[in-house]
Amino acid sequence: MVEENQGLSKMIELTIDDKKVVAKEGDSILKVARENKIYIPALCYLEGVSSFGGCRVCVVEIKGSTRVFASCVTPVSEGMEVITDSERLRRYRKWAIELLLAERPHVCSVCVANGSCELQQLATELGVDHLRVEREWTNYELDLTHERFAYDPNRCILCTRCIRVCDEIEGVHTIDLMFRGKNSKVIFDLDDKWSFAESCTSCGKCSAVCPVGALYVKGKPHSEVKKKELVSFVISRRIEKTIG
Amino acid sequence: MPDTGFQQVGLKVDRRLTLLENAIKKHQYKKDALLEILHTAQELYGYLDRSLLTYISKLLRLPPSHVYGVATFYNLFKLKKPGAHVVTVCMGTACYVKGAEEIVSTIEKEFNFKRGETTEDGRLSLFVTRCIGACAMAPNAIVDGETIGKATPEEVLKKIRTILEAAKVEAR
Repeated sequence: MVEENQGLSKMIELTIDDKKVVAKEGDSILKVARENKIYIPALCYLEGVSSFGGCRVCVVEIKGSTRVFASCVTPVSEGMEVITDSERLRRYRKWAIELLLAERPHVCSVCVANGSCELQQLATELGVDHLRVEREWTNYELDLTHERFAYDPNRCILCTRCIRVCDEIEGVHTIDLMFRGKNSKVIFDLDDKWSFAESCTSCGKCSAVCPVGALYVKGKPHSEVKKKELVSFVISRRIEKTIG
Repeated sequence: MPDTGFQQVGLKVDRRLTLLENAIKKHQYKKDALLEILHTAQELYGYLDRSLLTYISKLLRLPPSHVYGVATFYNLFKLKKPGAHVVTVCMGTACYVKGAEEIVSTIEKEFNFKRGETTEDGRLSLFVTRCIGACAMAPNAIVDGETIGKATPEEVLKKIRTILEAAKVEAR
C-alpha cells in the first residue's frame, strides 16, 4: 500500500519512458506517470483510494531488474528508469486481461456497461480477440433486492474498487470479499442480500466506480452512473485509438 | 462496558458465551485479534454461525463483512454445523494426482450429498482440504480425526460405514 505523504516531502527525479520527471517521494509509479500524461493501462487502480495491485495490468519494467512490477503499488525512487511499454509488457497485459475475461462469463452484448466498460476498452486496446484459456461459466445469483442498485457477480472482476471506496470514502465498509482465489465473491455484510445489508447507506459510490457492469443502478446505462472521469477516460482512449 | 448486544443477535447466554467474552476481553477488544477470537469461537461452538459472527463484529467494532470475509477465507472455519462424523479428504496436488477425487466422488455417490455438505440426517459431513502435509502417504483421508494414508475409495467407505454402524449401536 502506498502511503500518501502529507506536508513537506522530498522531491526526487526519475525517468519514465526516456522522459525526465520530478515526483514526490512515496508516490506510486502509476500516479507519477498519470500526472505526467504518460499512459499506463490499469484496471483496479482508482485515484483517491489505496492501491490494491490485483489486476496486474499496470505492470512496468524497471531497468536493472528482470522482474516486472505492478506500478500502482511500487513507489518511485531516485534515478529509477521505468519502461511502460514493450513487447513483453504487452504480452503480460494481454494475458492478464484474457484471464480476467475467462474467469467469469463476460458477455458484452447483454451488459449495462457496454461502451463504457474499462475491461472491454482494455481488451480492445490490447487486441484480445479470442481467449487462449477455457472460459468459466459461473452461475452466481443476481442480487436485485435493493430498490436502486443491482449486483451481478457474474460480471465482477474482483478489482475491489467498490470495497475500497465503501471503506475509505463512505466509511461504512458494507462490502467485502469472501472466499479466496477465483471463488472470491463481493458480499454485503454477512453475504446478505443487498437490501438486507443494514450498514449500507445506499450512497451509490460502489456503482460509480465499478469498472465493469457488476454494480449498477437499475434502469440506467452504466455510462450515466459511472464517475465522469472514468467514462471520459474510456471514451478518450477509444477515440485516440480509432484516430491514431 | 460496551454494548454486547447478544440478545439482539439471538445468542443464548451460557458458559460458552462467557468464555468467548473473556477471550475478547483478554485481547482488550483489539481489532487485530480477530483471528484468535474466531479460533476461540470455533473451538467453543464447533462452527461459526451468523449470530456468532455478528456478535464478534459488534464487540470488536469491525464491519460484519470484514469478519465474514476472514471467516470464509480460511478453510478451517466452518460456517455450517458439521455432522456428527466428519470425513476430510486431502486435495493437495500429490493427493489429487494419486486419486483423491475418486475417493470424494465415491463418498458423494454413496451417501448422496456433495463435498462441503452434511447428509440430511446430520450424521456425516464431507470436506475437502488443501495439503495436509502427508504427501508421502497420498492420497490421504481423515475420518473422525484418524488419518488413512494411501487410501482407496473402498477402504474409506468401509471405515465410514464402521463408524456409522458403531454410532448406531451406541445410540441404541
